[in-house]
Amino acid sequence: MSKYSMHLLVCGGTSCHSAESDVVVCNLRDEIEAKGLSDKVQVITTGCFGFCGKGPIIKVMPDNIIYVQVKPEDAQTIIEEHVVKGRKVERLLYRDPKSNEIIGDSKHMSVFKKQLRIVLRNCGVINPENIDEYIARDGYQALGKVLTEMTPEQVIKVVKDSGQRGRGGAGFPTGLKWEIASKNKADQKYVVCNADEGDPGAFMDRSVLEGDPHSVLEAMAICGYSIGASEGLIYVRAEYPMAIHRLKIAINQAHEYSLLGKDIFGTGFNFDITLRYGAGAFVCGEETALIHSMEGLRGEPTIKPPFPAQSGYLGKPTNVNNVETFAAIPVIILKGAEWFSKIGTEKSKGTKVFALAGKINNVGLIEVPMGITLREIIFQIGGGIRNGKKFKAVQTGGPSGGCLTEKHLDMPIDFDNLIAAGSMMGSGGMIVMDEDNCMVSVAKFFLDFTVDESCGKCAPCRIGNKRLHELLSRICDGKGIPEDLDRLRNMSQVIKDTALCGLGQSSPNPVLSTLDNFMNEYEAHVKDKKCPAGECKNLMEYVINAENCVGCTACARVCPVNAISGQRKEVHHIDPTICIKCGACKEKCKFDAIFIR
Amino acid sequence: MSQIKSLADLKKKREELKTGLINAIESKNQVRVKVAMATCGIASGAKPIMEFLTEQLEKRNIPAVVTQTGCMGYCYAEPTVEVKLPDQDPVVYGFVDLKRADQIIEKYIKTGELVDGIIPVNYLTIDSKE
Repeated sequence: MSKYSMHLLVCGGTSCHSAESDVVVCNLRDEIEAKGLSDKVQVITTGCFGFCGKGPIIKVMPDNIIYVQVKPEDAQTIIEEHVVKGRKVERLLYRDPKSNEIIGDSKHMSVFKKQLRIVLRNCGVINPENIDEYIARDGYQALGKVLTEMTPEQVIKVVKDSGQRGRGGAGFPTGLKWEIASKNKADQKYVVCNADEGDPGAFMDRSVLEGDPHSVLEAMAICGYSIGASEGLIYVRAEYPMAIHRLKIAINQAHEYSLLGKDIFGTGFNFDITLRYGAGAFVCGEETALIHSMEGLRGEPTIKPPFPAQSGYLGKPTNVNNVETFAAIPVIILKGAEWFSKIGTEKSKGTKVFALAGKINNVGLIEVPMGITLREIIFQIGGGIRNGKKFKAVQTGGPSGGCLTEKHLDMPIDFDNLIAAGSMMGSGGMIVMDEDNCMVSVAKFFLDFTVDESCGKCAPCRIGNKRLHELLSRICDGKGIPEDLDRLRNMSQVIKDTALCGLGQSSPNPVLSTLDNFMNEYEAHVKDKKCPAGECKNLMEYVINAENCVGCTACARVCPVNAISGQRKEVHHIDPTICIKCGACKEKCKFDAIFIR
Repeated sequence: MSQIKSLADLKKKREELKTGLINAIESKNQVRVKVAMATCGIASGAKPIMEFLTEQLEKRNIPAVVTQTGCMGYCYAEPTVEVKLPDQDPVVYGFVDLKRADQIIEKYIKTGELVDGIIPVNYLTIDSKE
């Protein structure tokens, strides 16, 4: 077919590109031409290999050899040795840092592949609107196995033994949750899937619902069998129309095959699933608020106990799990608890899906084994920081989480380590920040969100967060006083201790973690009235350097608020009382005469 | 659609589907194209790409099945398209615009020549041996 007998795939990902992979490509092409091989060997640039720390990377096909840290001058060697003589260039093969063993062929590619897809096993693989494709990939086998070969107790034992913990944020053991719900006696019980994904920057639940809806339906039925429920409800936000559309199709198709409905697999087990739409309130991700919203009441949390497992939807025992938690269940049943519990760390088993966002090169959805380090996620899979800037912090756990910094980069990520480091797993959003992000503003941004989303039921959250937000605004405006820093900490602690639900209890986390890790930035704002990252507009002043200004009037013409005055060919002046700090003048000036003070 | 009444039914169905899907595609030497069509993919323009591929493959008389699929995870490289030629491992292309879609048909699908923008597989699956 192909006229080429060999392909050289050169990584053109942003990280490799900045390590001169483009020059490598040019040199390879020149060398190929010089050797008269243009009609046999082709050079292709590719997307990221997810192994950026060792870039630039070249993969030779069909030999399946990977070369790492290839420099432009290595092009000649690769062509002469590998392509012409068929000999591997040993010094460019990857060496395992521990064993010093050379790993260059496809047999040991797990070294290069940091990701393991369990929850995302079908996402991007099957057509989510065709149940047959799901069945062809072992779909509904787990449900069949559970209904025909296992007792509810056995199912719960498998889930417990697997060590799976809830992926919604808090990390409560899934098997234990099922067990509690199963032990409560009632004429009717409910299985609820929490698809009210609300963390800014998190989109894994949407991706699973859109890419593999049947896995969630199957798992809900399995859960229903083990706790003794015949009804399932999916609480999905109305802002996810595509997820809703595909869920509806999936439910209908499952019904047509009798995989949902009455007498499933001829076992007499009945299970049905309906959808409930949320209006997108963040607090409705909290399980009691979610249940109230489904009942048609205001989406407000209530004190636990009673837990939903005792008295949930319509006062009946209810088991609430997150989308990602459910999506892993069929695999756990089919592959066994032992298989699953071998992945991950001692107390956090399996994999976690993360949504990488912010100032990172490879924005995307990844699934990694628990225990991976932040460094591997950000600098290998994520391709490092955009525009070659310096890494500053990563926010995990959304508005309830905290910031992790340089010193946490090599910490294995699991539920407990993240909490010990002052953050949390949350739903798995990871927002990466670089040197240009002001950490006080970051804390303010997340608090903005919680103030907006507070349901207003309890005073600590309703009033306390508002006051916290005012303090932060004052500091960002340059009007903070040194006592504010203590006040921030005290108030945060009080809110944490006294708020009614998880939203309030965790809302001061971004403030506390930035106080802990970036006290110097807070102090700079309060004492020196400076924003080190240059983000807080009220703490900057645009000034014209009289030595460089030639009076070209370009800045005055571009200023949207006419804050710049001065005659042609004379030094101009910016009126700080009018200036809105948009930066347009600085961008326009050709003489580097405008700077920020 | 026939109903599935027992686990044995389901297993039979799975085998039928597995061989059926493979036969249907391999026997006719069909090319299988998947377009990542989650909300994010559609927002970055996957729909016109899918329409273009469906239309042009037919017009250019290439036996192919074009289907939609969910998120492949490469948000930074959307729209993404996976192409599986008969008897070969699937290849994912990122940053697919109409021009690249045309190249994929003309070069990769017709002659097997690789095109820029390949996204290497950087993950293991539950069936991986290691």
